[in-house]
Amino acid sequence: MNPDVLIVGGGIVGAACARAFLRQGMRVTIVERALIGGGATASGMGHVVVMDDSESQFALTHRSRDLWDGLIPEMPAEVEFEQRGTLWVAADEEELAAVTGKKAFYGERGVATELLDSNALYLAEPGLRKGMAGGFLVPGDSVIYAPCAANWLSQGATRIHGDVDEMGDGWLKLGNGDRMSAQIVICATGAWATELFPALPVKPRKGHLAITDRYPGAVHHQLIELGYLKSAHGHSTESVAFNVQPRKTGQLLIGSSRQYGVEDKAVEQHMVSKMLTRAMEYLPSIQEMSVIRLWTGFRAATPDKLPIVGLCPGLKHTYLATGHEGLGITTSLGTAELLVNLATGQQGVLNPLDYGAERFAECRA
Amino acid sequence: MPRIKLNGTLYGVPAQTSVAAALMNAGLVARQSIRGEARGPLCGMGICFECRVTVDGIAHERGCQLLVREGMEVTTDAP
Amino acid sequence: MRHDTVIIGAGPGGLAAARAAKRVGKRVLLIDDNWGPGGQIWRGYAGLEIDGIEKRYSTQISDLDLDCDQLILACGARELFLPFPGWTLPHVVGAGGLQALVKSGLNIKGKRIVIAGSGPLLLAVASNLSKAGAEVALVAEQASWSSLIRFGLNLWRWPGKISQAVGLATSLFRASLWPVAAEPGSVLMSDGQTWQCDYLACGFGLVPNLELAMLAECKIENGFVRVDAMQQTSVKGIYAVGELTGIGGVEKAEAEGEAAGSGSRLKGNHKRFVSLLREHFTLRPELKSLAKPETIVCRCEDVPLGKIEACTSKREAKLQTRCGMGPCQGRICGPVLEYLLGWPPDTVRQPVHPVPMRKLLNPRETANF
Repeated sequence: MNPDVLIVGGGIVGAACARAFLRQGMRVTIVERALIGGGATASGMGHVVVMDDSESQFALTHRSRDLWDGLIPEMPAEVEFEQRGTLWVAADEEELAAVTGKKAFYGERGVATELLDSNALYLAEPGLRKGMAGGFLVPGDSVIYAPCAANWLSQGATRIHGDVDEMGDGWLKLGNGDRMSAQIVICATGAWATELFPALPVKPRKGHLAITDRYPGAVHHQLIELGYLKSAHGHSTESVAFNVQPRKTGQLLIGSSRQYGVEDKAVEQHMVSKMLTRAMEYLPSIQEMSVIRLWTGFRAATPDKLPIVGLCPGLKHTYLATGHEGLGITTSLGTAELLVNLATGQQGVLNPLDYGAERFAECRA
Repeated sequence: MPRIKLNGTLYGVPAQTSVAAALMNAGLVARQSIRGEARGPLCGMGICFECRVTVDGIAHERGCQLLVREGMEVTTDAP
Repeated sequence: MRHDTVIIGAGPGGLAAARAAKRVGKRVLLIDDNWGPGGQIWRGYAGLEIDGIEKRYSTQISDLDLDCDQLILACGARELFLPFPGWTLPHVVGAGGLQALVKSGLNIKGKRIVIAGSGPLLLAVASNLSKAGAEVALVAEQASWSSLIRFGLNLWRWPGKISQAVGLATSLFRASLWPVAAEPGSVLMSDGQTWQCDYLACGFGLVPNLELAMLAECKIENGFVRVDAMQQTSVKGIYAVGELTGIGGVEKAEAEGEAAGSGSRLKGNHKRFVSLLREHFTLRPELKSLAKPETIVCRCEDVPLGKIEACTSKREAKLQTRCGMGPCQGRICGPVLEYLLGWPPDTVRQPVHPVPMRKLLNPRETANF
């Protein structure tokens, strides 16, 4: 029997879509060529965060974060959900001054935040290098262990282990030649979306991460430098920014780096060095910490930092859910909600026009 | 004979003794596992990481690969 | 600083390589993670030092910038630890592991020791522990008597090994016997008998430390580094000697080290002894069922067998259960999962061992050939 919904890609976005459609009472099948939650989902930071690059990004991350909070009673222990809060660190007065605008912006939209002066900053995070000006705390942000989250979200969906060679309107063709069809077909293949839809403005953006041994209590919040926004914003070929996450295990997950135009997943020593040097500038004590693993992953980047969510231009049954860059974990739930609403004709709080592929000239049918 | 502190207590330990051996001789276990089990050295050659202790403030040092030194301070996980 | 030959590992193989390389005029650097030479089997022996070469002990590969023509890997082997109920109790230690700890100052005078597992190492450990004053209560080899007798009969080619074996023989030796469960202060053996002991020294044979060879992309065949007659691996300039090329003991390691260090062909047929060891100490199938679903397999992350078995691949198990994500980087649980579930080893990435973050800041490559 054919499923109602076919999802290509078993990462956090595909898994979130699976859950959302399952809850509509539909039969869902996920086609994943490697491991559920094993791609960028496993490589990234599992950070649930509200970001304010644009109104649309704020709306999507805010709604998504609320949806994550709604799952708290159900999430199993292995998802390791913790409401750690994000602390954006202002290294100097200039960065701190820029934060007052953010506070107003978040406040007007109902997201609680706190402006921290230097004293408050060090109370919150004693490990930070002395001389920082202050910070911007978003207490409602959280941290999860994404591979287990993806596995949990997709429970109840039928899983097919295989490649997809081609997708059309309401159908796909597996690597073994089998064709499958459904009323709703979703492409959630992340950085590799152009394998199936070459015209999409999605590019892989490589990132490096390091994880330490266990140092419980060393860091309390997800710590990000305000300069991160420049790195995530910019299109320069290589950039790093301070971004450290305390995991429930007491390990520190350290990022972040961005590179365009590199498709080799090998760990690059010069990037590791740059990234860790930056991290040590903010958290001097980590230089003695034992690093257990280094790895890389590929974000799906679009030209305007917003994902591509909606019907594939010109098609009636096939949807796109890709381009989530560094916000895939957070916005997976908002993405899923958008697609369910589109497919069932329901209205949600998010405006689908903000995220559809038609916003790009090259995608208009 | 080097004198070292194990969990705050002073011990005289013959030179050429590893931190792991010193701990075992003192009847101490090196660490607590994730689930709270007491663990001691397994491989004795620096590979299993079961013998990890904090030495002079540095965490996760392999006790079996470190010789005791005069004045060394070793702390294990809370018992 | 530049060297002609860098040798990783100062056990019998590495020391032989160092001597040979020095003899043919190479500038040699010998490094080892231990605080002195000897590796495992010669740990603590006097008189091993080689003059005229540079030595760095308590040093790992990440500590150095290597710049050399020839890299000789003499990384040796580690014990295979098979899980069984109670194997994580503090009184359960490796067989070679307990010996290493004793040589590093562990006092076992008057302590009662049960030695179990597999391989000639058990007898050597029994002998050393007795000499250190322990009361060795039992040496339990899982292989059968017929296997051991055939092994012994085949030793005629190596008279030196026969006298070793005879010297190590003990009336406390039993074959076809293995540990089934450990409790504090005792171990239950496969014949239903419980033995009181202060330590259970338990190891089921040796596994080569392939990580550096794998990181360097040397070809691995049948679980060992493939080398030519001069001990060169599939990567030009990288050589492998000793247990890395086959578990075969001291004489093999020394002969291979001599060949690699002097740039000559290996002398002697050591493959026969490798096969002899492999064939007569094969692990019996009962050992696969010792671990129960609740028995911990990954000690770093306390992951029980049941959670791991529910996954269909090693990577899935890693992501979903954290098995292999701890500081041992899968060195202990990896061979277990290969043995129990047939899961092949992972690829190896930097850092090849946990390393203080500041050592990752070197912007240059850590090795240069």
